Amino acid sequence: MSSLRSPLGRARGWGSTGEGSHHWWVMRLSSVAMVPLMLWLMFSLAALAGADHATVTAWLAFPLNTALMILAVATLFFHANMGLQVIIEDYVHHAGLKFATLIAVKFALILLAVTGIVAIFRIAFGS
Amino acid sequence: MPKHPRPLSPHLQVYRPQLTSVLSVFHRGTGGALSVASVILIYWLWAVSAGPQAYATAQGLLHSWFGVLVVVGISGSIFYHLCTGVRHLVWDTACGLDIRSVYRSGGIALFIALLLTLAFWFVALWSVGLIQSLWKGVLS
Ligand code: HEM
Ligand code: HEM
Repeated sequence: MSSLRSPLGRARGWGSTGEGSHHWWVMRLSSVAMVPLMLWLMFSLAALAGADHATVTAWLAFPLNTALMILAVATLFFHANMGLQVIIEDYVHHAGLKFATLIAVKFALILLAVTGIVAIFRIAFGS
Repeated sequence: MPKHPRPLSPHLQVYRPQLTSVLSVFHRGTGGALSVASVILIYWLWAVSAGPQAYATAQGLLHSWFGVLVVVGISGSIFYHLCTGVRHLVWDTACGLDIRSVYRSGGIALFIALLLTLAFWFVALWSVGLIQSLWKGVLS
């Protein structure tokens, strides 16, 4: 099988869509980043359970928490976007519907991510 | 029909579930479910930014029995997906790919996911003050 691919194509690691190995690599990168970020997020939220509005606001406005929350939201939606893409490609077989679903999911995820980050800025800098 | 019958993939309904396949299916299932659940994180962030009233509404929803049920599902899913995700990353280094190691790492991933979920709930119930009052109840 390997003889069907040109040496250049193999060196670049391109698959049929020309970007398979890039998708694989950024999925791994985001996964590595997600381990500390999601542990931080989940245990911070657990520690904030039942806290009043002023406490939560002060906590999120603390610069380290602001930065980590932005990173967590951005990485989460990046990872979810790449992950959902694979699932859609596996199960939606009709070419047009697949294309439409991929785009709709991407737009929805970007909208959610931006909404979250705007909210974080509003909390951090007051509005 | 092909001339020579080729081996078929085992049919789902008659294929005995194994730890390997079940964990794989659940990794995808939790990945998809967590993607949907991320709406809740954004709603919560929005509620904090919108002020005390919106935050109180969000807190009321999250502390209802249904909200708690959803958070149980999210916490279990995320710690499961995290542990089996790390297992994927280890496999990517070409380590632990023989059948025995795959079963063992599967068991370890489940165990650590359970520990993390229990730790999460201990911290959450402690923050709400439930553990302290339970403890007082035991003492008195
Ligand atoms: C907590 C840390 C996390 C780690 C370490 C992690 C790791 C991974 C890894 C390694 C994969 C690729 C699996 C494969 O190659 O088949 C993956 C897939 C995926 N992840 Fe995560 N993940 C994490 C959190 C999340 C979260 C929070 C979400 C949702 C918002 C998510 C959604 C997905 C999706 C949708 C897939 C695709 C599943 C598939 O193709 O079967 N992950 N994750
Ligand atoms: C309940 C039925 C099944 C479901 C829902 C299922 C689901 C999946 C999923 C989600 C993946 C991606 C997992 C990952 O990358 O970690 C996968 C990969 C794979 N499955 Fe299945 N599977 C099923 C049955 C089978 C059967 C019966 C076979 C073979 C006889 C099979 C062979 C494979 C192979 C070879 C891969 C790896 C493909 C690759 O990523 O290179 N699966 N399956």
